[in-house]
Amino acid sequence: MATLTATLRLRRMSTRRPGDPLLMVSAALAAGLVVLAVIGPWIAPYDPAATDVLAASQGPSGAHLFGTDSLGRDIFSRALTGARLSFAGPGIIVLGSAGLGTLLALAAAWHGGWVDRLLNRLLTLLFAIPGVLVAVVAAAVFGAGFWAPVLALTLVYTPYVARVVRSVAVRQRQLPYIEALQLAGLPTWRICLRHLLPNVAPIVLAQATIGFGSALMDFGAVSFLGLGMQPPTAEWGVMVADGRSEVLDGAVQQSMAAGLCIVISVVAFNVLGERLTQRFGGTR
Amino acid sequence: MTTRSVIAPALVVEGLRKEFPAHSRGGKALVAVDDVSFTLERGGSLAVVGESGSGKTTTARIVAGLERATSGTVTAAGSGKGTARPVQMVFQDPFASLDPRQRIGAGLTELLRVRIGLGRAAARERAVGLLAEVGLDEQHAARLPRDLSGGQRQRVAIARALALEPEILILDEAVAALDVSVQAQVLNLLRDIRERTTVAFLFVSHDLAVVRQVTDQCLVMRNGRVVEQGPTAEVLDHPRDPYTRELLDAVPRPGWQPRRRSA
Repeated sequence: MATLTATLRLRRMSTRRPGDPLLMVSAALAAGLVVLAVIGPWIAPYDPAATDVLAASQGPSGAHLFGTDSLGRDIFSRALTGARLSFAGPGIIVLGSAGLGTLLALAAAWHGGWVDRLLNRLLTLLFAIPGVLVAVVAAAVFGAGFWAPVLALTLVYTPYVARVVRSVAVRQRQLPYIEALQLAGLPTWRICLRHLLPNVAPIVLAQATIGFGSALMDFGAVSFLGLGMQPPTAEWGVMVADGRSEVLDGAVQQSMAAGLCIVISVVAFNVLGERLTQRFGGTR
Repeated sequence: MTTRSVIAPALVVEGLRKEFPAHSRGGKALVAVDDVSFTLERGGSLAVVGESGSGKTTTARIVAGLERATSGTVTAAGSGKGTARPVQMVFQDPFASLDPRQRIGAGLTELLRVRIGLGRAAARERAVGLLAEVGLDEQHAARLPRDLSGGQRQRVAIARALALEPEILILDEAVAALDVSVQAQVLNLLRDIRERTTVAFLFVSHDLAVVRQVTDQCLVMRNGRVVEQGPTAEVLDHPRDPYTRELLDAVPRPGWQPRRRSA
């Protein structure tokens, strides 16, 4: 009896999807980065705004892990502190676009017909517009800073979420359980939010994760162009821009450190999102 | 039995017709249901049999309100009062007719709270009672559909339908997807429910052996039309229409006594 249960358990385990090392690694990396972004300002060894002209443009050393910039500010501390802003922007963009995109996707999947076609047209239109361009225009119109690019990018990222979630929601919509719930007389909003939404939630999460990586890059790009966060704020895009003049003097550490932070974050979130999409999207 | 005919029937269907528009321009519209009329007594059990494409499922879906008839009327008992739905349905595929992410108990209490208006505690209590009625117990309430077998899921589907206290329960090939032994258990359950309650069954099936066990009236459909109608035993034992005879001959083992199945 014991052996029987043991073999049954073994069989059940073996039928589960095989582990995905890339998923584990990228998830751990992404989680670690988020934790650093949250606690960064508290564990930074130096005040990110404190200048020390006597120690300007130093290479990496024991005292300054990533070296110092032309004003003698500690780059490691600035990168750590800047992580919070660099993550907050894309975080809000992703929350907003995932919420809005899912809502549109559910509406399109539920009603089908002309609602679906209209939304499809609208999304196609939005797809045609490059994200950074919209953010730049928004910053030009509403003023540089945090909110103009964030809101613009939220709008730009919405169709990406909406398209993928819609396709999954359409498939769910056609399953008999939805019809059974309608026949039971549950209100439409309830079926959509309490039944359809939980069944598309995994793909929303996966898309939001991919979106976070791209949004992080776009948000950094807008700041790099001088239309997002402004110096002397510690933010990765700003730091890359600040470091440009230093590169000509042979001090690459600031641009390099901030750039690497961006690259590592983008890759971590993109890979994680890809793996999640594969896991959740391929099963249905 | 005689008192049943005095009170109003549970369901009256008159001159039902359903056309599906042609796919290509100039093509003929498909007539899925053509002039179908029948009456289902309160607490009665009516079988609608026929091969695939005979219009039996379309008829059931119209009665359930899932499709709109091109013409004809469906009058269900109590269909006048408010938003209450007197007709509930158990679907063919028990693997697709339950929300995969909702626990069994939560699904039942949701229906009871939203549709019947019970409080949290009362709904939970009633949900356990309903599960008991269909031969499941409290521990199944915490499960997800994927943790249950096909037969168990179909029991859950029946419990969900009964939760809404319908006058009419449509069973659309409700046991067709189940193993024969599980089928027998679910059929026994349906028979129990008929004895306990006054719910009327509209039993859509292609399986004549199954029909004999749970229905007392029978309606044979072909190409959207009713070809024969009468008491189940009479229709199956002394078919008048050649098509009914054909259907009976198509049953794998002639002379096979379906009653043995429940043993």
